[in-house]
Amino acid sequence: MSTRTGRRVGVDPRGVIRDSPLRPDGVPKLRGEFAYAQDLSADGMLWAATVRSPHARARIVSIDLAPALAMGGVHACLTADDVPGRAMFGLEHPDQPVLAGDEVKFWGEPVAVVAAEDDDTARRAAAAIEVRYEELDALTDPEEADDRDEVFRRLSIRRGDQGSRGSVVVEGEYEVGMQDQAPLGTEAGLAIPDGEGGVDLYATSQYVHVDHEQVVASLGLRPDQVRAHPTGIGGAFGAREDVNLHIHLCMLALHTGRPVKMVYHRSESFTGHVHRHPAWLRYRHESDQDGRLVRVEARVLIDGGAYASTTSAVLANACYFAVGPYRSDSVSVDGVGARTNNPPCGAMRGFGAVQVCFAYEAQMDRLAAALGMDPLDLRELNALGTGDPMSTTGQVIETPLPTIDVIRSLRAMPLPEPAASDHHSYLPGGSGLTTEPHHVRRGVGYALGLKNLGFSEGSDDYAQARVRLTTYGAVVETAAIEVGQGLVTVLAQIARTALGISNVEVTHVDTSKIDSAGSTSASRQTQLSGGATLEAATQLREKVLAHHDGDQLDDDGVWKGDELRVTWSGLGEEGWDETVTFRHPPTTGPDENGQGVIHADFAVAGHRAVVDVDTELGLVKVVRVDTAQDVGLALNPQSVRGQIEGGILQGVGLAVMEELVMKDGVILNATFTDYLLPTILDAPDVEALLIEREGSWGPFGAKGVGEPPTISSTAAVAAAIRAASGKELNRVPIRPQDIALE
Amino acid sequence: MIVELTVNGEQVAARVTNPGNLLDLLRDQLGLPGSKSACEQGECGSCSVILDGELVCSCLVMAADAAHSSVTTVEGVSPDDGLHPVQEAMHRAGAVQCGFCTPGIVVAAVDLFARNAQPSTNEIKEALAGNICRCTGYGAIIRALEELGTGVDR
Repeated sequence: MSTRTGRRVGVDPRGVIRDSPLRPDGVPKLRGEFAYAQDLSADGMLWAATVRSPHARARIVSIDLAPALAMGGVHACLTADDVPGRAMFGLEHPDQPVLAGDEVKFWGEPVAVVAAEDDDTARRAAAAIEVRYEELDALTDPEEADDRDEVFRRLSIRRGDQGSRGSVVVEGEYEVGMQDQAPLGTEAGLAIPDGEGGVDLYATSQYVHVDHEQVVASLGLRPDQVRAHPTGIGGAFGAREDVNLHIHLCMLALHTGRPVKMVYHRSESFTGHVHRHPAWLRYRHESDQDGRLVRVEARVLIDGGAYASTTSAVLANACYFAVGPYRSDSVSVDGVGARTNNPPCGAMRGFGAVQVCFAYEAQMDRLAAALGMDPLDLRELNALGTGDPMSTTGQVIETPLPTIDVIRSLRAMPLPEPAASDHHSYLPGGSGLTTEPHHVRRGVGYALGLKNLGFSEGSDDYAQARVRLTTYGAVVETAAIEVGQGLVTVLAQIARTALGISNVEVTHVDTSKIDSAGSTSASRQTQLSGGATLEAATQLREKVLAHHDGDQLDDDGVWKGDELRVTWSGLGEEGWDETVTFRHPPTTGPDENGQGVIHADFAVAGHRAVVDVDTELGLVKVVRVDTAQDVGLALNPQSVRGQIEGGILQGVGLAVMEELVMKDGVILNATFTDYLLPTILDAPDVEALLIEREGSWGPFGAKGVGEPPTISSTAAVAAAIRAASGKELNRVPIRPQDIALE
Repeated sequence: MIVELTVNGEQVAARVTNPGNLLDLLRDQLGLPGSKSACEQGECGSCSVILDGELVCSCLVMAADAAHSSVTTVEGVSPDDGLHPVQEAMHRAGAVQCGFCTPGIVVAAVDLFARNAQPSTNEIKEALAGNICRCTGYGAIIRALEELGTGVDR
């Protein structure tokens, strides 16, 4: 028996919630030792490549595999005829062929896959396959698709007296270009046959259980024959929710009996994953003379491209958040998710809320101008808060929603000084030395955004986590994907806090060993997987204490008063574990007017952008983007700041440079040379104020923080450029010619 | 052809068959996967290495052209145990998220500090202008390197 005097001292106090401990994957990532899907290999491994459609729409007349099969080192060429199970896949609706059979419906659609001895041979073999096409008329105009009723979903929202009219009216039409997630790691994976008809898949993913489900269906296997393993990935941002190379790899592995690896090149990545939906938005805001919103009307059109992906859910989000964090008792929203022959669009950070925010915030500024009001005063007057019904769905907001605090915080943040000098580093033209200082105008713009947290519309949204005691501490087991946001850090912090111990690791386990954690999306994992971890750790602690008649658990073991009842070696041998499936409060689908308890939780954020615009050349330097964000409780302030700064820069990218440029269904800029991404020289300074009002069901009151930074930062930058240039600028990204030539 | 070169201080030789690049040589033949391939065009800096004292994108260097040269990769920057001061500063500042750009940024920053022990913020930005990070918004990277340059320990 030992006493408290024998207790270990000097344990690193960091690592519970509200600390920012060093992330456990930091050292291997910094040393170049972290294993990404791109880095995996296996003995006897083959390499795969994909044959893709060069047309936006065409009938497949014939596919001649012979030239490829005749090449040395080629082991398999598979087409639609070789898909052993369900021919189609899809995140929400299985409508997309694993490999196109009779018809290709978008540029870049997979038609055949090849496995060969090495990457180079595989790619040459793919190029050697002769596919004959008969080109068909491609439908690439989403308005025309709407007219022809080629739609994935229509959603109409009617709330309140549809005859309400205000005395001040502003109308506008807005457009948002197609943004790409452009995660640094392209799609990659390795499938290893198990020798008994099954397969292990290690591939880039945000959601291994849904990959598993789709691989099982399309390979016609039993669920226990496929194991999808969480694997190191270079970012995600929505691009990895859908299956792309997963089924192909497993087919090839089972067909050849060899491990098969595939890594997309960047240009393939641009066609191999879904994009942010381009959107066309028509708005009418009506207020009384004091600025109170009386009625908001919106028409929301998004282009879903050729296959469904998550278009239904993105459209719904766009419609439900079409008014933003504002009150209006009379609302009408009509949404259309068009089906075209453009590349499929789906999830990207912000998920429909980004596109409408750009429009409704431009409208709010116009309304303020029409009223002669300060734009923040107008927003404060109409701010949606706790206890208010959502203007669109009527759902009463039960979570703390500090919209007013966000607005007042933004108002109180000091504005930056004018540029320190005429040095090129402070000028929009940068080191190109193109900007004449006297053409530079400064502008300031504000925007607020509202976003749901977790899955909506009645989906059974849950996450499972397991906490297991070992001889040295605890292990959290999960299939929730770490995309870089710091999930492995925060789950360990939650478990440490709940258990009262220091040694906690987070381990990823495959789909056969644990139930789903759901997708790493919708800003949901800290709340969902964090919630499961908290419950599991709390229950485990209580059980262990009860079993050993103890009153405290710490790094020594279980204590009762001064008596150490059992040490960790004892606890580890006893084999304790607890598995919890955590669900958020239930939601419902919409009724015929789009009304219902649609969402599980909400977060609000606001941004103030300061820009310097070269009005002669149309160049923009985003000087600062400051923000106040509703975070519930910041479990890891450093990670929260990382999400905020990274999310803001993606919003800045959409505002001034990022767009996949389309022509007749073909992406014209599918490279990093041509698709512009913000560099460190484009990154604004950021001051982030975290508004902490504990949320209603996340662990310790935490709310998801990943998406709000991306919702209104685009709109704030656009507003600032409008203020500097005096132009209407109804489309993002805002290009130099939009400022200088329009 | 056989290409002989020095990588991270060690003499190595590798057979180069196709018009392959230095990045593939490092990753596929020399077992050094730290340098990452993300754009294949020298736009993102994920594959940055130091070649005979010059910071380069290894995806833009023909493997054959690297013959008889000296190459330092992220593996060569990292001490056997622990972290280089640049890595240490980035770790503490939260400058790593997904980590795919990180090896390239580490190499570019090590190259900067080898030339300039106290870079200004603008010099840090200019030095890293060839490295794309999609996760962090660069703020934590800048803070890490500013602190390292001023010797301020947070």
